[in-house]
Amino acid sequence: MNQSDKTSSAAPSEASNRVKLGWSNRLLARPEIGALVAAIVIYIFFFALAPSFREAPAFFTVLYQASTIGIVAVGVGMLMIGGEFDLSAGVLVTSAGLTSAMFSYQLGINLWVGTALSLVLALGIGFLNGYLVMRTGIPSFLITLGTFFVLQGANLGVTKLVTGSVSSPNINQMDGYDSLNWLFAHTFQIGDVQLNITVLWWLAFAVLSAYILQRTKIGNWIYAVGGNAASARAVGVPVTRVKIGLFMTVAFLGWFTGMHNLYNFNVLQAGNGVGNEFLYIIAAVVGGTLLTGGYGNTLGVAIGAFIFGMTSLGIVYAGWDPNWFKAFLGVMLLLAVVVNLYVKKLSTARKVG
Amino acid sequence: MTDTMHSADPSRKGSTLIQMTDVGKSYGAIRALKGINLKVNAGEVTCVLGDNGAGKSTLIKIMAGLHDHNEGTMIVNGDEVTFSSPRDALAAGIATVYQDLAVVGLMETWRNFFLGSELVRGRFPLASMQIKDMKAIADEELRKMGVVVKDIDQPIGTLSGGQRQCVAIARAVYFGAKVLILDEPTAALGVKQSGVVLKYVAAARDAGLGVVFITHNPHHAYLVGDHFVILKLGQAVLDESRDEVTLDELTRQMAGGDELTELSHELKELGGMTAAVRTLEADSKRR
Repeated sequence: MNQSDKTSSAAPSEASNRVKLGWSNRLLARPEIGALVAAIVIYIFFFALAPSFREAPAFFTVLYQASTIGIVAVGVGMLMIGGEFDLSAGVLVTSAGLTSAMFSYQLGINLWVGTALSLVLALGIGFLNGYLVMRTGIPSFLITLGTFFVLQGANLGVTKLVTGSVSSPNINQMDGYDSLNWLFAHTFQIGDVQLNITVLWWLAFAVLSAYILQRTKIGNWIYAVGGNAASARAVGVPVTRVKIGLFMTVAFLGWFTGMHNLYNFNVLQAGNGVGNEFLYIIAAVVGGTLLTGGYGNTLGVAIGAFIFGMTSLGIVYAGWDPNWFKAFLGVMLLLAVVVNLYVKKLSTARKVG
Repeated sequence: MTDTMHSADPSRKGSTLIQMTDVGKSYGAIRALKGINLKVNAGEVTCVLGDNGAGKSTLIKIMAGLHDHNEGTMIVNGDEVTFSSPRDALAAGIATVYQDLAVVGLMETWRNFFLGSELVRGRFPLASMQIKDMKAIADEELRKMGVVVKDIDQPIGTLSGGQRQCVAIARAVYFGAKVLILDEPTAALGVKQSGVVLKYVAAARDAGLGVVFITHNPHHAYLVGDHFVILKLGQAVLDESRDEVTLDELTRQMAGGDELTELSHELKELGGMTAAVRTLEADSKRR
């Protein structure tokens, strides 16, 4: 570190009462370190316990499972770093899929039209969430809890009104299906493993998000509005626009996952998606994101989603009752919160004297 | 971009940057500020003193763009203005350093330094920040102010209170502020830390900035001030330049002045003259 060398020669009196930090403290100060350790432990655990978990195809299935949560979690992580919360993301996924399917099916038009329309709807819901939170100053927890119930009810009510049942019509014979299926749900066969395109999308979104957070000024603004919105506003950061943008990002990624579900399964159950909003939040928190905002990163959130994928399938591979999965997830969350608290103390307790 | 004082022009020392005439502000039926006349000159420190609730915060929020005034006129750089956001004020060269919300604690020092004015290269949404340059400039500028941080990457929350204020001041100076508003920069600081901050106030003044220094400590004000305004209940009760007022006068006004004399009489009448009241009375007679 030539930085510190310069420091000590320029002003010895200042530098002498500061403690030099070793690499271990620097490493511990990273948000994702707890999640990384947990991921390795869990991987070794299932690797030792479940023979089928050791095979390559299982690893790619885990990746796919992780991507179904991970894509939205990328957005939820950014939103939480920005100091807000979204409970409506889980059902929004289903709303987007249902809108797309029913609109195209009822009018008998190309699926691309319904897909575009559902994108507009999703972004509109994201905007509304953000606008209401910023305009009223009511915590996003309450605003999005409201949106969550509205969407959950509307998903079932509208679907029943339109189709007479609680599932969307099968759309696999309609125009545009093949291209959309390829875009959102294609499976690449590589040797004996299957790689779903969502894994690639997840990777792409994660890299983009990491780039935005670390290297662009919008990323700087996101950390600032989450860390201290009043300070950010005082130095000219457009707090309202940043936060609305974050809600819309979550909505966009929710729409994307909704399109995957639709074009992968062709039929959607209107009651699906409830509860997933917590999985996104857990992935972000396990990945080291602070619930209070201003701290976290994309790699951590991705590892959080990967842990979700490993445990949900690992339990099946190990031959256990899958009902235990939720209990396991709860323990993970509690551990993560405690570890995060400890790590945050370590990383901010550097001040000496 | 390494020249610190690039926009402040020392040759224009003494020129008027902000002129407030008869400015007032009401929140609904409550009048927080009335008939304020204030001039901020380049290369001078204007001190605004007052007790809690005297209207100091309202006054600076008008200049900083957090509130708009609804009476009187404010002329900045020759144009009459009403700011509707901090961005407007910043664009007019008015930077404000708040006591409690100067920085984002969990963010790295260099990110805080450039927050809201990041150096970027490329097209907007994905334009990449020039992180290496930003770190180097932040380090260099802080060093100029005598703030030596161990590691420009450390969260700014780990710096001392005085250092955080200095980072905020250095940032405002670097980004070409013509007017620097400091909201009680020494209120939460110890003696030594306050001294450090006061040095930067003087440094900013010598660099040709107009400084508005808000405080309730007359001793701090008198060390650096060129002009003093004391607010009470939203109105100016004293408005003098340095050669027209003594530190004792400032202190007496701030301590309550005539009200204090009155209070000591009242306490006396209530019976028994305690030692404290006796001292107060002797004190006010002496002045």
